[in-house]
Amino acid sequence: MMIAVDLILFAFLILTAIAIARLRNLFAVAMLSGLFSLLAAGLFVALDAVDVAFTEAAVGGGVSTIFMLGALALMPREEKRPVHGALLPLVLCLVTGAALVYGTIDMPAFGSPDAPVQRHVGPEYLARALPETGVPNVVTAVLASYRGYDTLGETTVIFVAAISVLMILGISLGSGRQKGGE
Amino acid sequence: MDAAFALIAGHANYWLVVILMMIGLYVAIARGNLVKKIVGLNLFQTSVFMLYISMGKVEGGTAPILTGLPATVYSNPLPHVLILTAIVVGISTTALALALVVRIREAYGTIEEDEILEIERDVGSKS
Repeated sequence: MMIAVDLILFAFLILTAIAIARLRNLFAVAMLSGLFSLLAAGLFVALDAVDVAFTEAAVGGGVSTIFMLGALALMPREEKRPVHGALLPLVLCLVTGAALVYGTIDMPAFGSPDAPVQRHVGPEYLARALPETGVPNVVTAVLASYRGYDTLGETTVIFVAAISVLMILGISLGSGRQKGGE
Repeated sequence: MDAAFALIAGHANYWLVVILMMIGLYVAIARGNLVKKIVGLNLFQTSVFMLYISMGKVEGGTAPILTGLPATVYSNPLPHVLILTAIVVGISTTALALALVVRIREAYGTIEEDEILEIERDVGSKS
């Protein structure tokens, strides 16, 4: 059952990705990339990462699509036909993909409970999160309590990005014109 | 034969993620349109998230929210934390990249890579 859900979601993800690669209309591409994020969020739920799923749905499916549409309002909607051939990138992708697949062969099997990643500090956090922080959601406990400073750093990243976007767009656009969504 | 089947069953998830990753890489390098390149990078990025989350999954496990029942198996929460941070950093870079593309469009009048390079070459040969 679990595997069936997994495979169906992957089939849709791959179809969406191929459609994104083939389409030339950028509006359709923006919409499909939102759909891709939503499907990815579904996959994250199937893989037990509920916190990641709702962040991906909100940020990847929502905010990112809004940004994309805001930027597309100022641009031509159609992509031009590429002049250079697509063979070299295709070969490069196949070689890289083969190397990555070769790399995964040494990895422990999917879902294996005695993989090194499950035996190291993960169980420690699961055992100690509730008595030490009082938060039953271990992801929240790690994110906001154990790694609180890192999360502060993450907010700094958003802050810097927001300032940079405003500087890149705001000063050059001058008065009168407003940029939606960015 | 059994070993081959176990390898495929245990790693198919990773391989599907690699396929998605490579489609993203292809979109990013084969297409000349700058917005399309950003979308390709986003595809690649989301696939990397899937790879990390796949590694944290434990067979028969549940989301790492403590239930209080002693026999519950939980998936590893640490990849989830890592990816939550990565998603937020990802949206920051996407916003920045789109802002740069908007500026490039204002300065050059186009968002196609080869046309921008041509304009650059013309300007270079004149001066």
